[in-house]
Amino acid sequence: MPLAKTFSFIKDKFPESVYDVTESSGEQIFHIRSEVVRDVLEIFKEKGFNFLADITAIDNLTLGGFERYAVVYHLLSHDSLERVTVKAYVAEDKPSIPSVEKLWKTADWQEREIYDLFGITFDGHPNMVRIMNPDDFTGHPLRKDYPRLGNKERDDYPVIKPAFKRK
Amino acid sequence: MKITEKPLETERMVLNFGPHHPSTHGTLRIIMELDGETVVKATPEIGYLHSGFEKLGEDLDFNQYITITDRMNYLSPLCNNVAYALVAEKLMDIEVTKRTRYIRVLLSELSRIADHILNIGMLAVDLGALTSFLYGFRLREDIYDLFEMATGTRLTTSYTLVGGLMRDLPEGYGKEVNRVLVETDKVVNDIETLLNKNRIWQDRTKEIGVISKEDAISYGLSGPMARASGIDWDLRVKEPYSSYEDFDFDVVIALNGDVFDRYLVRTEEIRQSMKICRQALEKMPSGDVIIDPGLGYSLPPKDEVYNSIEGLIYHFEVTMPNRGMMPPVGEAYVPTESPNGELGFYLVSDGTRTPYRVRTRPPSLMNYSIFSKLIEGHMLSDAPAIIGSINVIAGELDR
Repeated sequence: MPLAKTFSFIKDKFPESVYDVTESSGEQIFHIRSEVVRDVLEIFKEKGFNFLADITAIDNLTLGGFERYAVVYHLLSHDSLERVTVKAYVAEDKPSIPSVEKLWKTADWQEREIYDLFGITFDGHPNMVRIMNPDDFTGHPLRKDYPRLGNKERDDYPVIKPAFKRK
Repeated sequence: MKITEKPLETERMVLNFGPHHPSTHGTLRIIMELDGETVVKATPEIGYLHSGFEKLGEDLDFNQYITITDRMNYLSPLCNNVAYALVAEKLMDIEVTKRTRYIRVLLSELSRIADHILNIGMLAVDLGALTSFLYGFRLREDIYDLFEMATGTRLTTSYTLVGGLMRDLPEGYGKEVNRVLVETDKVVNDIETLLNKNRIWQDRTKEIGVISKEDAISYGLSGPMARASGIDWDLRVKEPYSSYEDFDFDVVIALNGDVFDRYLVRTEEIRQSMKICRQALEKMPSGDVIIDPGLGYSLPPKDEVYNSIEGLIYHFEVTMPNRGMMPPVGEAYVPTESPNGELGFYLVSDGTRTPYRVRTRPPSLMNYSIFSKLIEGHMLSDAPAIIGSINVIAGELDR
């Protein structure tokens, strides 16, 4: 099991920064702090996970989790046909996370999309501007406190009781 | 009098390509910086078709969202339907019947043929070759008639349900498919005869938009784009879903990674898809196309809903807001091989009847992100060729 070995290798290297390893629908999910995401993904890349299939984010407002936002990386190894999901948790008060654009070019547009729709900024990204919405748009539509109904852009956000621990 | 000779100065020009340029097929906009006719810098602007599908999905239940997936890649909606049904079934741990899986394979491959044939035709028509486009478009018409026979609609098919299919194939469907496949064979041969050795076609497509293997992986390319660059990666073979392991077909790869190779990969993939369609028809098992409605995950057949009280009750049980389909808390990601590449759906569920988060991994977004690198240093007239070979679908790109 090379995947389990990689997990324990990262755990030994960053003992403070690994929250947990879980499984859902047969997928291994690796939960980490956002500060180390670049180093962790670099280790995964060295261990054979050469393809970054997808980056996305989740707003954990009512779902619960270690922090408000989770940036989710789906990695794939073309050689061993394994997939792994890495979840990096981003704090609510300072939503920023290191960019992995230097490791995979595909991160460029996808990180911009996350910035646009979730308002998480990526440190070290060469061009952190909105991609889907117009540049003068306010708000981040995929956040859970952004209402689905109503006309015009939103300025009155409802207050939702969060399911995660606020500091 | 002294005459000083001044060198001829040129100025860089900024050209706005799109969003309504005919070769952008939708709403792509590219801001190009030109030096003469050479593109120095290209900045794609996307988002003109952004419609918030992912936000919408948080308000729709699992069966309702299937109608949204039609609108993503509108050239092969059935592939999207299948991909979404697969991820919902994985999340809920549902095993669908064998007949369902075979019908899904058959229709996915038919839409792959329709998608590829249109893409080849569009690429050719953008470069001035109208004939192959007309041949392809006529064939696509026949395939859409097949979709209409099976699903009732041509474009917004919404054919799959969580746990099965909306309805079974009509009688005599296999015969019709075979007739269209014979036609497909002719059309592909005709197009290849017209284009493959055509001098103008070769000049316009060879050595244009070359993608190296490393770039293809770094930019997250998949599908025909990656395979034309020599990456032996096809999810139908490597991570088989929906019984693809039962079928015998070849993965098509090419080595140069230019526009011509992407065209070749697509034409050959049409032939492989035809092979799969024929096998699916031959081996088509009998049985139901939906799992037992008593499990509470699938809608009962419309016949039963209208004609029996039990069916009506089951239908209510599934569709009512406070009961019915309750998936477990968790998440699932399913990658599928759509005509453009890896189409993945990522579902996060908090245990209620609507998903907490629906993410589409759109192959068009990743494939298009390499465009500015490809066009730099090429002539402006190569832009339609490169865009055509990427096969960007704006509905899927912007969601």
